[in-house]
Amino acid sequence: MRECQLRELGRIEYGAALALQGDLVERRKRGEIPDQLLILEHPHVITLGRAGVSFYPTDRGGDITYHGPGQLVGYPILDLKEWKRDVVAYVRAVEQILIDALAEFGLEARREPGKTGVWTAGGKIAAIGVHISRWVTSHGFALNVTTDLSYFRYIVPCGLAAPVTSLQAEGCRAGWDEMVAAIARNFARVFGYRSVEAVPLPQEAL
Amino acid sequence: MIDVVMPQMGESIVEGTLTKWLKRPGDWVERDEMLFEISTDKVDTEIPAPTAGTLAEVLVGEGTTVAVNTVVARLDEAGHAVSLPVPEAAVAAPAVALEPPPPPEPVGQAVSPAAPLPPPEPAGPLSPLVRRMAREHGIDLTLLKGTGAGGRITKQDLEAYLAQRAAPPAPAPVIEVPPAPRPAAGRTRVEPMSVMRQKIAEHMVLSKRVSPHVTTVHKVDLTQVAKLRERHKAEVQARYGLTLTYLPFITRAAAAALRAFPIVNASLEGTNVVHHEDVNIGVAVALEGGLIVPVIRNADEKSVIGLQRAIADLASRARSKQLKPEEVQGGTFSITNFGSYGSLFGTPIINQPQVAILGVGVVEKTPVVVEEDAIAIRSISLMGLTFDHRLLDGALADQFMGKLKAVLESWSEEVL
Repeated sequence: MRECQLRELGRIEYGAALALQGDLVERRKRGEIPDQLLILEHPHVITLGRAGVSFYPTDRGGDITYHGPGQLVGYPILDLKEWKRDVVAYVRAVEQILIDALAEFGLEARREPGKTGVWTAGGKIAAIGVHISRWVTSHGFALNVTTDLSYFRYIVPCGLAAPVTSLQAEGCRAGWDEMVAAIARNFARVFGYRSVEAVPLPQEAL
Repeated sequence: MIDVVMPQMGESIVEGTLTKWLKRPGDWVERDEMLFEISTDKVDTEIPAPTAGTLAEVLVGEGTTVAVNTVVARLDEAGHAVSLPVPEAAVAAPAVALEPPPPPEPVGQAVSPAAPLPPPEPAGPLSPLVRRMAREHGIDLTLLKGTGAGGRITKQDLEAYLAQRAAPPAPAPVIEVPPAPRPAAGRTRVEPMSVMRQKIAEHMVLSKRVSPHVTTVHKVDLTQVAKLRERHKAEVQARYGLTLTYLPFITRAAAAALRAFPIVNASLEGTNVVHHEDVNIGVAVALEGGLIVPVIRNADEKSVIGLQRAIADLASRARSKQLKPEEVQGGTFSITNFGSYGSLFGTPIINQPQVAILGVGVVEKTPVVVEEDAIAIRSISLMGLTFDHRLLDGALADQFMGKLKAVLESWSEEVL
């Protein structure tokens, strides 16, 4: 069975996370490491997808996005050659993982036809933006747990002027660690890993 | 010519949007080097070149959505030193074993005196294919480092060596998409201006025609602002998620100068002077292929942090094409910060119907003579005010600049 390592990075600057992610992507391409799931939180930052060039221009899909404290960010680094060679199936799988994880806390979430991400009754709760190079994924999802939603006022999340929400705003008291555990569990199930095992990051990588 | 097609990135996927060409027509690409990017459902994917070659034709422009397997470009393998139609299997060990070993080289004998002598060979087994390629291209195999099993030299090693050795492809004329009719000469190309470019062109010509432009340049010492910026940068980043630049300080000072000399904040309509109660400052933002000047409303009522946030917000939304129409209208004065591209000072064109524009030059540490005839290192920027001489005179423009300079050089406001 395939293997996936979970690395919890805590709160990490966007630029630092980007560099670390880039390094792991290269190592994954060379087959030096198994699939990875990075879980982290960013300090306040506004990032742009392909559409723009300032702040943190990134190479993921989607456009302008806010990241900040209380937002659970996941960067899966998977080699899709070992799963399905299908980028849309991959995005739908990530959505399913989040929907199933939220259901464990009694929060009903769904997809919106024609859009990418996860929505609850109150609005968009998770954003997804993915980059693929040689079938290896990077970037990923951002789930609002206790995010201060007022920051989204400064941007139009992913080009859609629709409301955003968080677990907290939906009245769900799930803690960070429980949420990470639920995501890891569903991640293993949906992508068919034996388990998603937490490993520390090698010291030199930090 | 090799066709490059829109790849199928999944079973259910029938089309993809080509978002970016990473190479230009005429560029040389290596096999597996990233050639273009596509987007499907918020997934951006880099697509490598299927073979090495010159990007001869781009058939699908950026932003175009096409069906899977549509030919998006053609690669010309010519000019690539290796174009041997070698089946991949020929390098595999079993195939090699089946081939009889090549006879001792007859080349170089009386038949062809000019042919090169058999090149020296490194120790270790070589496949017949590698031998043949080395012979045909006159390669000294001792110069190559093998990457195959046991340091063995492979066909790929030879190809890499040849590609490297081959003269770099001649710079080909840039052919843009959508392709204009290709001129016979090959040294010119015709392309219609984008709508944005046409608007900019119209505006620039109009402004130069109606306004007699005059520019006055002042040297502004930003040392104190630089210190403040250094002191508060980290905290502004932590507390507000903003990168503190010089621009909000300069905008704040310009707002103060506009309040002190409100005629600079006016505009002209025919022979009427329109005085504006609000100070709405436009900040020029460079875009790919153009520029736009989003407006900070009531800039004089905003703190440095508030201005920084407004500048960052407007600039990022300008670049992601998410500005609302009203956000580029109603400006009463403009600032253009060409210093961020290294310019010392410039003479910008007035943004009609405004009557002045401030051009900010690069902030550089400069030796200057200070009080008591000492030389000190200060952060200096040359700032120029380009004004409409129909309404403003030089003396007033310089008083305005004096006020701006005074505010910046003796900054007294708290940043946080």
